[in-house]
Amino acid sequence: MDWLTMERWSPYAAGIGIGILSWLAFLLSDKPIGCSTAFARTSGMIERLFAGARVNEKPYYKLFRPEIDWEWMLVVGVIVGAFISAQLAGTFHPRWVPDHWAEAFGSAPPVRLIVALLGGILMGFGARWANGCTSGHGISGSLQLAVSGWIAAACFFLAGIATAMLIYRGFGS
Amino acid sequence: MLKRLQGNSRAQLWVGLLLGIAFGFLLQKGGVTNYDVIIGQLLWRDFTVVKIMLTAVIVGTIGVHALKSLGLADLHPKPGSVGMTVIGGLIFGVGFGVLGYCPGTVAGAIAQGELDALVGAVGILIGAGLFAAVYHRLQPGILSRGSFGDLTLPRLFRVNHWVVVVPVVIVLVGLLAWIESAGL
Repeated sequence: MDWLTMERWSPYAAGIGIGILSWLAFLLSDKPIGCSTAFARTSGMIERLFAGARVNEKPYYKLFRPEIDWEWMLVVGVIVGAFISAQLAGTFHPRWVPDHWAEAFGSAPPVRLIVALLGGILMGFGARWANGCTSGHGISGSLQLAVSGWIAAACFFLAGIATAMLIYRGFGS
Repeated sequence: MLKRLQGNSRAQLWVGLLLGIAFGFLLQKGGVTNYDVIIGQLLWRDFTVVKIMLTAVIVGTIGVHALKSLGLADLHPKPGSVGMTVIGGLIFGVGFGVLGYCPGTVAGAIAQGELDALVGAVGILIGAGLFAAVYHRLQPGILSRGSFGDLTLPRLFRVNHWVVVVPVVIVLVGLLAWIESAGL
């Protein structure tokens, strides 16, 4: 059972596995795999804690009701599955700043955390604007040969590459 | 039997959880729950992300279209428009380059102890909430601009889906072979 405790698998093995998962999602659940809708629903649930039931009346939350559904459980599963994988390999360890970031911008946590928060806000806003993320559009959209999926994936990577290059070449040491 | 399972919303929560566990396991073993791997892809240094995504798309495209041909699955392509898909995709991409995780991998990254991913996930929640607050203003305007609906490539070219599946798979396999031969 060495493969369970390995730190990394070949990207092709991981990719084949994810491809097969997409079959299972269509077969067992009649749904494509996606992740970002779960964030929108969670955001609505948190907002409802403070603002009450009128949150349900917002046009967006009528479309994506703030409740636990299949995809929400899928994202919970991602956390559980990644935790099991990291534990089996012994690679779980709390860390504030990734190595690559520390090399270029230093290891001070506040800088990285502020940037991560801002990046997350843009990502959450953009994911809901585009109606999908790297899984929903990039993988599930592309494999259904959806025009929206291919265009979105191209835009994700175009802007992602330009932004990362700008940050690392412009500000990195 | 499958229709009954698909219609059982309580059972579906468990199916979602199990599929998610497998998905998270594969993302972590594939290495894409690491900021260094994702940012390495965007900086053109490490092609792990592209290798995983293209392999998943190749395997997924063949299998899902086979299921469709056998009458075992229906496709659910998302609708899009220029204003929605292009602009939203570019905003997402900027966030992708800044955060260095995406909504799926950020969840896996938290589970292996990355605390910047935890903060990034809070950011994603805030961003999604902000979008929900302005959605009613964007929807009749920019989000509907240049709408193309839930179009797929086979429908665009008015051909049987295998006429598109086969060349797409050949091109993507060729791309992976080229990436490997270039030592990327």
